[in-house]
Amino acid sequence: MTPDAVRPAAMDKAAAAAADQANRAAERVARGAYGRLVALLAAPAGDLALAEDALAAAFERALTTWPEAGVPDNPEGWLLTVARNRLRDIWKSAAHRTSAPLEAAADTGADAYAPFDALDPDAIPDQRLGLLFVCAHPGIDAAIRTPLMLQTVLGFEAARIATALAVPPKAMAQRLVRAKRKIKDARIPFVVPDRQAMPERLPPVLEAVYGAYAIDRCDEAQYLAVTLAALLGEEPEAWGLAALVTLSLSRKNERSFSPPGGEGAAFVPLDEQDPASWNAEMIAEGESYLARAQKAATPGRFQLEAAIQAVHCDRARTGRTDWPALRILYTALNLIEPSLGSRVALAAVTGRIDGPDAGLALLDEVAAEDFQPYHATRADLLARAGRKAEARPAYGRAAALSDDPAVARYLRTRERAVS
Amino acid sequence: MRYTLLLHYAEMSPSELGEEMLAEGRRAFASYASTLHQAGVLVSGEVLQPSANSTTVTTVDGQVKIQDGPYADTKEQLGGTFVIDVPDLDAAIGYAKQAPPVAWGTVEIRPGAVHVVDGTWHPNK
Repeated sequence: MTPDAVRPAAMDKAAAAAADQANRAAERVARGAYGRLVALLAAPAGDLALAEDALAAAFERALTTWPEAGVPDNPEGWLLTVARNRLRDIWKSAAHRTSAPLEAAADTGADAYAPFDALDPDAIPDQRLGLLFVCAHPGIDAAIRTPLMLQTVLGFEAARIATALAVPPKAMAQRLVRAKRKIKDARIPFVVPDRQAMPERLPPVLEAVYGAYAIDRCDEAQYLAVTLAALLGEEPEAWGLAALVTLSLSRKNERSFSPPGGEGAAFVPLDEQDPASWNAEMIAEGESYLARAQKAATPGRFQLEAAIQAVHCDRARTGRTDWPALRILYTALNLIEPSLGSRVALAAVTGRIDGPDAGLALLDEVAAEDFQPYHATRADLLARAGRKAEARPAYGRAAALSDDPAVARYLRTRERAVS
Repeated sequence: MRYTLLLHYAEMSPSELGEEMLAEGRRAFASYASTLHQAGVLVSGEVLQPSANSTTVTTVDGQVKIQDGPYADTKEQLGGTFVIDVPDLDAAIGYAKQAPPVAWGTVEIRPGAVHVVDGTWHPNK
């Protein structure tokens, strides 16, 4: 990962080798440390924007200092020291400026940074979990929670998030600024909710991390999910989410990839994929996370979805898809968290076991006119039932509803094939 | 940090509510105020008269205009306020959840900016 915030500016070619080394060191530190440093710098006064600015300045200083002075033994501590000194300077000057009574509200105090004085840069605490709960706080607009996580924990630039979400970059930047201002001004605390509040506070965090995967099927989303699970320790649904994202990404190379559970579920014929193209290492990793999740007495939504992915991945080992296992899992998913996606998927799986007519009967109960997976599944079941005249328009409708041009092309091919 | 809890709900007349409901509402507000007071977070609290008794003052074309009625003529009206002083938004949410109007209306949590103490402005800390 390369957080955009640490990408180097134009630099002197003569010092290229040293600069390159410094740059690589900065990137290495950034991967693990960016979110940790932002969380630590922002927590005392809740000021994420200021923390990010201070850290960006520290990275900038590193890229000019390290090529000559060499990379420090503890680069993370070096960055923290530079960033916190900068924060303290800003706060001192801010305290001088805000003497007029009606502007005094902005003065939450340079004292807020006193805790840094006692901080040992060699033993940097990890407050990222608090930061994740801030990003997905119920007082923050649900649509901006995932972008906030991508920016503050992973160092993504607003423009990159805007591209992934197909939102104008300026609008995305403004919404991020507004959210950070609310976090600071309404004083949303950087804390991990206690046991009593956890059942209410955890689901939006899991949802937002899952959102990172849904908008940008990248390794960073997987890193975020695994980080969340590791920081929470023994939270089954967090491990379920880590497993779900990891197992889903193991098939990333396949063009006909579809996200589990949600929109697109059960649409892409996984059974046509070649398991040899899947990432065996990631499958093993995902399965180990799922094993950690399965200590829970009652599996949650993410564990069930991860288990569904694990069943599909298992075809790489057994050479066959265990449809009855999928039916049990989708039935359970429909019981605990029914969604259009899970109901359509259950109809598709039933069609594989009991024949296309049984699947179509289940699908008739769903009747979701504008839901692409509904039409894609219906088309597939009709084609399997030999009802070509009905299958053709269903493929056409599914293709028209597809966001992904590759999926639409695939469906058009199918449409022609049943003609 | 000071937060003002703004209580918004549909207005009902005493006859619509009935004596029993009124008494229950009074009990709920008394118990809520006592909870806030005992926790040491209550700065002030006030339940307002019906918005029909409101008068608004505004300037139209340079002329001060005085008018009968509330600022916004909506079904739900501001019915009361509590000002609390708590460490952060989570604490404020915790007390807002216990406010009686949560059951029949909406409680808005608005952080304070500055407030007057003994005639001078103080920042919200």
